[in-house]
Amino acid sequence: MIVFDQVQKSYQVGGRAIPALHPTDMTVETGEVFGIVGHSGAGKSTLVRLINLLEPPTGGRILIDDEDITGYNPAQLRAFRRKVGMIFQHFNLLSSKTVADNIAFPMKLAGIYSKTEIRERIEELLARVSLTDHANKYPSQLSGGQKQRVGIARALACRPTILLCDEATSALDPQTTQSVLKLLADINRELGLTIVLITHEMDVVRRVCDRVAVMDAGRVVEMGPVSDVFLHPQHPTTRDFVFESESIDHQELQEDLQKANGRILRLTFKGESTYQPLLGSVARKSGVDFSILSGRIDHIKDTPYGQLTLSLVGGDLNVAMQEFEAADVHVEVLR
Amino acid sequence: MEALLSNVDWSEIGWASWDTLVMVGMSLLFSVLIGLPIGVLLFLTGKRQLLEQPVAYAVLSFVVNVLRSVPFIILLIVMIPFTVMLIGTSLGVAGAIPPLVAGGAPFFARLVETSLREVDRGIIEATQAMGANVRQIILGALLPEALPGIIAGITVTAITLVSYAAMSGVIGGGGLGDLAIRFGYQRFQTDVMVITVALLVIFVQVLQMVGDRLVLYFSRK
Repeated sequence: MIVFDQVQKSYQVGGRAIPALHPTDMTVETGEVFGIVGHSGAGKSTLVRLINLLEPPTGGRILIDDEDITGYNPAQLRAFRRKVGMIFQHFNLLSSKTVADNIAFPMKLAGIYSKTEIRERIEELLARVSLTDHANKYPSQLSGGQKQRVGIARALACRPTILLCDEATSALDPQTTQSVLKLLADINRELGLTIVLITHEMDVVRRVCDRVAVMDAGRVVEMGPVSDVFLHPQHPTTRDFVFESESIDHQELQEDLQKANGRILRLTFKGESTYQPLLGSVARKSGVDFSILSGRIDHIKDTPYGQLTLSLVGGDLNVAMQEFEAADVHVEVLR
Repeated sequence: MEALLSNVDWSEIGWASWDTLVMVGMSLLFSVLIGLPIGVLLFLTGKRQLLEQPVAYAVLSFVVNVLRSVPFIILLIVMIPFTVMLIGTSLGVAGAIPPLVAGGAPFFARLVETSLREVDRGIIEATQAMGANVRQIILGALLPEALPGIIAGITVTAITLVSYAAMSGVIGGGGLGDLAIRFGYQRFQTDVMVITVALLVIFVQVLQMVGDRLVLYFSRK
């Protein structure tokens, strides 16, 4: 478990303290995938680097499994860092070492593994990230996705309990992003590893995260389970991110709504109700006519969800509302 | 042909070439041994680096700059008392080596500093995140990653030392430079001058070629 207790960070620039992270409380549970989303400069990079003290905090306490790591001496800190893997946007592999040597590097630095142990572990990790045939290649001979797989294998080498991902998919194309995210999800499930990942893409959060924190200007402005934050965003920044990820142009949507007649509702389905043929039966029972203004069906991690914006005309609106609520659908009246 | 090169004593040329080789080889060895740690220190103590130390950096940088700003011909003369103290003579091959190192080491140190700076900061960060200490970061990540740049630096230093070594003929340093000055210049034996210059050109070409090959071999990009 990672606990932030009033953790803050500021940089001294020309004698003035510029805050990068305002005092923040946050808890990441063991074994969950925790997303931190924000625009560049929002402080998410700083936040993730506080967890392994690549950036020392200027105030507050950071507890990892109930131990305050901010008081560690250099030797304790180095031992602690071996238990925290990290992967990066630009992979940061050593260009002078082969794939196998890159993966072996953290184990050699630790100095507690025998040659046989290292060799066996490399085999095992290469198989996990499906790069067995590339052991003796140099990073420059690999594609971006393959490089990130090496990064992941290297981060797992010393069997860490926490994995930090710093924009790990931002330099990859959509297809490669998907396969890397799937790999991260598999690792999380099979090894029970806690994953903290930062990204500027809400889509990444939607696919793999259990909970999410939204950052803006050095503050966490919204935090909660992904389905809550994603389906019912409260803070303007969060809304921007959600709309962005659904490629919804806010202006355009408003214009479309202007043209529609009658009541406008937004229905949010989650889980099994997503697949129920609800609209037809509600229309029959209440006598309302509906037209669909926008809609989408997708998954949040493994949970299906749907969101529909409807305009309703005629019939008995109250009956329709009751029917929706009885079917466990979240209804929002937009107009 | 015989008439054209009437003044050339080939065994003399042979010995002079050997002397130049020894001077360049020995001074290169010591320049690298002394310059490499200084270059690493310059890098580490520099701004926003692992062991940022403004005072240490300023002092080190100043010493390096002083040695680099003195023209080599002056450095040769200024170093004479120190050279005598160190190895008993300021003449011959041995006498030329201390001033060559004094000129070569700071030059190489700057080249090392520059090539270390070119290593992606992300690599240092990743190595730190793995729990490496400063020594491991330098030996395990920084130097291997900067190796092609450092080898290119050794090549440039070696070539600079070839021309410095030729200059040391002025204070009686021996080698091809000495030959060129004593025979080619002072006795107007143009043929000797041409041969020594040709040999120096070949020497530099070979050094550059070997250096480039090694850089290519060690860069995995």
